[in-house]
Amino acid sequence: MGATVLVNELRVVAHVAGGGETPIVKDVSFRIEPGEVLALIGESGSGKTTIGLALMGYARRGCSIVGGSVRIGDTDVLGLSEAGRRQLRGRRVAYIAQSAAASFNPSRTIMDQVVETAHIHSLMPRAEAEKKAVQLFRELALPHPETIGQRYPHQVSGGQLQRLMAAMALMSDPDLVILDEPTTALDVTTQIEVLHAFRRVVRERRTTAVYVTHDLAVVAQMADRILVLRDGAQREIGATPQIISQPQDDYTRSLIAAANPKARGGEAVAEGATPLLEVRQLVAGYGPLDKHGKPAAPVLDDVSLKLHRGQAIGVIGESGSGKTTLARVVAGLIGPAGGQVLFDGKPLPRLVEQRSHEELRRIQIVFQMADTALNPSHTIADILARPLQLYRGLKGDALDKRIAQLLDLVQLPQACARRLPAGLSGGQKQRVNLARALAADPDLILCDEVTSALDTVVGAAILDLLAQLRKELGVAYMFISHDLNTVRAVCDDIVVLYAGQKVEAMSRSAFSHAPRHPYFHLLATSVPELRPEWLDQVGAARRATLPLIAAPADRAGLCSFLDRCPLRVADQCDTRTPPRRELEGGVEVFCHRSAADLLALQRVPEPRPEVAA
Amino acid sequence: MSTAALVPSAATVRKRNWLTHWSLAGKLGLAVIAFWGAVALVAPFLPVALGEMSDAGVFEGVSVQHWLGTDYLGRDMLVRIVAGTPYTIGVALVATLIACTLGAVLGLLAAVAGGWLDQAISRFLDTLISIPSKMLSLVIIAGFGSSVPLLIAVAAIVYTPGCFRIIRSLAVNINAMDYVVVARARGERRPYIMRREILPNIAGPLLADMGLRFVYALRLLASLSFLGLGVQPPMADWGSLVRENLGALPVGGAAVLAPALAIATLTIAVTLVIDNLPGHTDADRETH
Repeated sequence: MGATVLVNELRVVAHVAGGGETPIVKDVSFRIEPGEVLALIGESGSGKTTIGLALMGYARRGCSIVGGSVRIGDTDVLGLSEAGRRQLRGRRVAYIAQSAAASFNPSRTIMDQVVETAHIHSLMPRAEAEKKAVQLFRELALPHPETIGQRYPHQVSGGQLQRLMAAMALMSDPDLVILDEPTTALDVTTQIEVLHAFRRVVRERRTTAVYVTHDLAVVAQMADRILVLRDGAQREIGATPQIISQPQDDYTRSLIAAANPKARGGEAVAEGATPLLEVRQLVAGYGPLDKHGKPAAPVLDDVSLKLHRGQAIGVIGESGSGKTTLARVVAGLIGPAGGQVLFDGKPLPRLVEQRSHEELRRIQIVFQMADTALNPSHTIADILARPLQLYRGLKGDALDKRIAQLLDLVQLPQACARRLPAGLSGGQKQRVNLARALAADPDLILCDEVTSALDTVVGAAILDLLAQLRKELGVAYMFISHDLNTVRAVCDDIVVLYAGQKVEAMSRSAFSHAPRHPYFHLLATSVPELRPEWLDQVGAARRATLPLIAAPADRAGLCSFLDRCPLRVADQCDTRTPPRRELEGGVEVFCHRSAADLLALQRVPEPRPEVAA
Repeated sequence: MSTAALVPSAATVRKRNWLTHWSLAGKLGLAVIAFWGAVALVAPFLPVALGEMSDAGVFEGVSVQHWLGTDYLGRDMLVRIVAGTPYTIGVALVATLIACTLGAVLGLLAAVAGGWLDQAISRFLDTLISIPSKMLSLVIIAGFGSSVPLLIAVAAIVYTPGCFRIIRSLAVNINAMDYVVVARARGERRPYIMRREILPNIAGPLLADMGLRFVYALRLLASLSFLGLGVQPPMADWGSLVRENLGALPVGGAAVLAPALAIATLTIAVTLVIDNLPGHTDADRETH
């Protein structure tokens, strides 16, 4: 049972070099009733994590809490001494961080770390603590609750680790739990399980919680009330349904708009012409080849796709699906083990070193993290100048002029040219990243998760820019992402990868009605929606038991989704390679099941009552 | 419109106030280095004969005629030290420059090339590093006889592998960054990636390493000279000055303390300056 949390006129400042102070949280006030979940939502830099930490009486290095009050129950947190705050943390206020992987000590067992809070605060004897931990593991729907504690952190998955961290936080029955972006680093299909477990525990234990996130759709599932923050100031606070359906503030409206990205149009494709890029039966991976010509660690298995001039193709899949490897093979950074990559009808040499200048110029790659993709010791002008010098031999005034044009093209101020990347914001860096690719005047840009590291609103602006550039310059994109909404917003065609296999290909227009591969269906229904009842509905559909199959001895050629597939068929899926079938409307599915079977699966999302495990 | 003409570029702004970020100790170190540098430059042109005997006694104390006393042959110690400065600093500096240039080029090449070339370079230099440095230098000098170019070569050989190791490990990390992958995908050649993409990002540690190696080289030469294998009489570097005048130790004569102090001040000054190089100050650490 949680306590009432009362925050009044909280002010936090950051100390800047030279003795000045910048306010980063400006007079924020709110009240959380016992058992209520309040969401703090905002972009990076909005002060949401700072507020979360201030609730524990903690300010990060270089920051300090200068005003206001924080009361948890009848304790004045900011009035406590440092020793008093230490007593509070972990015991009455618990914190669940974004990256569980970074928060666990890899050299100690999970159980040791979960019961540590109880030990530090001398709450209960070890045996009792372990019993309680197992109980929590069970409540959080972790597999093998009795024995999972004996494992080490690297022996469980990311989603499980995140739930174990929640167990750690709940050990002391805290008055307040702070969840700081706990599912942001997870794949959507994993995120659902974790959200489910979190919500169940929070509801059953009637814990007071603060949920810090940038994702409005996640918040809609978790929170009773929402506080919208921008630049450290409070923009709007209200009950979840009210914020979602009737936002009062303009900024909240822009957040909601960005959460539902609109489709950005493209050129019509001239059918029949030679495709700009054609990938044929590509096999790629890492390590030496075995006697069948397969690499030791295969990543891509028999992947084919076609991309026409000016078209955008979206490659979607979760982490480990091989989508980045695909981009790297096309860029010539990794040599394929089998299959062919054709560019404009001509086979591309395997590696960068064997490709001509012209071939290199026409394919450019844009990476996810603009922070690491821009050399920190080169100015923006240097960064943009290099491809111009290399491919076009520009110098002097012509070079300066072209750099200025490129900055205009990506809507950056000219003054940026002289700055180092560290002097730009995340969105600006991503624009420079894009401008560098455009400097080569390419026909094809490989975009690897270009908006994933950006705030929703900033990411939406980048997507607009991509769509506009495509219209103006006729450049084609291979757009790699784990986010279906983003892919649907920019791409004409969608290719779905799962564990290196291409399980489905379809056009954007077919998305709403065409039969989907069971994995693609899982993925499509895992993208959080703004409706608060969404989580209950998908959760119910997920709990169906899988048909029994024999464990196949040799997995070569079998469907990679076999272990998780709700439609798998014994003696078929576990023994034979599925056919790659062309269905009507240009949809291609890699599955034994008929189109009618697949469509039937898509029609079940009727809410079923939740059955207690 | 030229973009460079508008505002002073970032580089000039940085140049103007680079010293303001330095701590007092760093400025002091810089002053000491500047002093010894000036002495080294001026020494060859001073109108005093190096080996000149005087009528003064042996191991005399500090006096008005002999500011730092006299040595074991009654020569003026101040003159000896000033005359020894160019040898000490020159040999150590040239050896360090050679060692660090060679180490950096090989280290960058090994990191960027990878594969067999990396293996070949790394294993060869590992072999070199496994031979004790003093032993190696003694053997080489015993074989070829001592001379200034040989001393430089010896110090360079001894310190190249260490520098290579540091540069390679730094460069391997940078080589895995996306901007290097982008450069490679753009079709850049190895020299460009080594020089433009990687080198600027490891310049700070490289300079710091160079400073450290300079101190090591100084000490190696001093100890070789102390053993009588360094700069040969009548010329003398600071290390040989200490050895020559070891007889003054029991009486605490300035003749042995002054050159030892010279070695100490220079090495400490270089260390202080290293701590203030870009990438090593507290201010830098905060911003990164």
